Amino acid sequence: MTDFDYIQPTTLQEASKVLSSDGINTLIYAGGTDALSLLKNDIYKQHKVLNLKKIEGLNYISFDKTNGLRIGALATISEIGSSPEIKENYNIIHEAANEIASPQLRNMGTLGGNLCQRPRCWYYREDFDCIRKGGGECFAYEGRNKFHCIVGGGPCYIVHPSDMAVALLALDAKVVIHSNNGERTIPINDLYVLPQDDPMNETILKPGEIVKEIQVQPPVKGIKSGYVKFKERDTWDFAVVSVGAVINSTNGIINNVNIAFGGIAPKPWSEKSLNKSLSSVRINENELEGKLKNLFSNAETLSENAYKVPLVRNLTKRLLLRLVQ
Amino acid sequence: MKEEKEKKEISRREFLGKAGTGVAGSYFILSSLKQAEAVAKENPLQPPETYFGNIQVQLTVNGVKHKVRVHTNTTLVELLRDRLSLTGTKVVCNHGECGGCTVVIDKKAVYSCQMLALDADGKDVTTIEGLLKGEELHKVQQAFIDKDGLQCGFCTPGQIMSAYALLLNNPDPSEEEIKTAMAGNICRCSAYPKIKESVAEAARLLKA
Repeated sequence: MTDFDYIQPTTLQEASKVLSSDGINTLIYAGGTDALSLLKNDIYKQHKVLNLKKIEGLNYISFDKTNGLRIGALATISEIGSSPEIKENYNIIHEAANEIASPQLRNMGTLGGNLCQRPRCWYYREDFDCIRKGGGECFAYEGRNKFHCIVGGGPCYIVHPSDMAVALLALDAKVVIHSNNGERTIPINDLYVLPQDDPMNETILKPGEIVKEIQVQPPVKGIKSGYVKFKERDTWDFAVVSVGAVINSTNGIINNVNIAFGGIAPKPWSEKSLNKSLSSVRINENELEGKLKNLFSNAETLSENAYKVPLVRNLTKRLLLRLVQ
Repeated sequence: MKEEKEKKEISRREFLGKAGTGVAGSYFILSSLKQAEAVAKENPLQPPETYFGNIQVQLTVNGVKHKVRVHTNTTLVELLRDRLSLTGTKVVCNHGECGGCTVVIDKKAVYSCQMLALDADGKDVTTIEGLLKGEELHKVQQAFIDKDGLQCGFCTPGQIMSAYALLLNNPDPSEEEIKTAMAGNICRCSAYPKIKESVAEAARLLKA
């Protein structure tokens, strides 16, 4: 691991100032669970690491029935996963948080870090000069690609590794971004970019911008939500495919549903047409099978990942049946 | 307690003897271990001061306050092992994936290989050495011996620290809760059923 300056600002303004002046050469650091691996593997050779953990007032979970949920960027995954208010009102976040990594990593990793973590692609993580690192080629495209994307790919074929992002997308959460030019609040869907727009970054964050808070609207009465994650290694792993759903139904008939997918695309993914086609549908295995049989039939699968198409259909069916029955 | 421990050791040796293989090998390892211990006493293996860097951190480890100097890129496990000579904590994968380096900070299990020493500034760290009271084993350690919760034993300090953290927060865990809490510790000998039994036994011992 390269030696670096460890910068420990105590306010967001200070942090943002350092990042705006030398953002490209500065790595944002909080829980360290991902950032330290990137440093150890020499993916990052930055000589400045900016620690956010000394900034007061970024670690909180606050909930009330009128304003909904607010989570500070420095809240740890285990704090989110063990919050009784989140469990009661946003089961999807509760389930997603407890599916993330191992207890030790959940104790260390933060919400902001989980949303901004870098992809797990083995070519990106190892010694390959791939597109995401500024090289000219995606080695997964014609190489080993069983964990790579089936939609949204090209010229790079990563999947986004965050579970929290999928859960928050299904909830239409908003992200508050701090910069010294002012704060802005955007839908979480707009935080992420596809490789066709920016092959070297997963988010739109510019140097000087820091994720500060996540906001989720108050829960609607009668709503149910959940998260299902398929892993190659059951104990703990990144998602091969994951599905999160927020569903409002009456007597087994869907009023409306919002579904988000992980493990299939370079960003947390949603299919508006699927959500629409599921409204007024009675939830049972046959009905769902009919509605889901063409889901991702337009996927551009690679040589080793076509299995993800039936997997994502079946996980979606399994989740919806569980939530409604 | 002590008698039981001796009994266990004898039965292991008897097993090696009966198995007939590896006897010569284990004698060799035992004798070279003794030699290594003797050498270490004469010549404690301490790297030069400059190896440790020039940024000061203050932390409490197993109840003892330390003021030490580190590099920015020194990890907590490097500080524990190389600087404080607490080698019970193991570095195995060094990537926060296996749990061999698990220590407890603020009642929570964390990977000490995946944490900068600088971030331990002001923290209260408990390592496997901190569980021992003089010669007396902690009940979690005793449970791992009683229930044979190990084979080669290399992952065991990490396993015990995860179990210790679980029982600090949840003295009466269900089987499922034990499974979840121990998920971050890999045992390549696959002693998992015995590890689960050991954690349940530790909970029983601590309540008694």
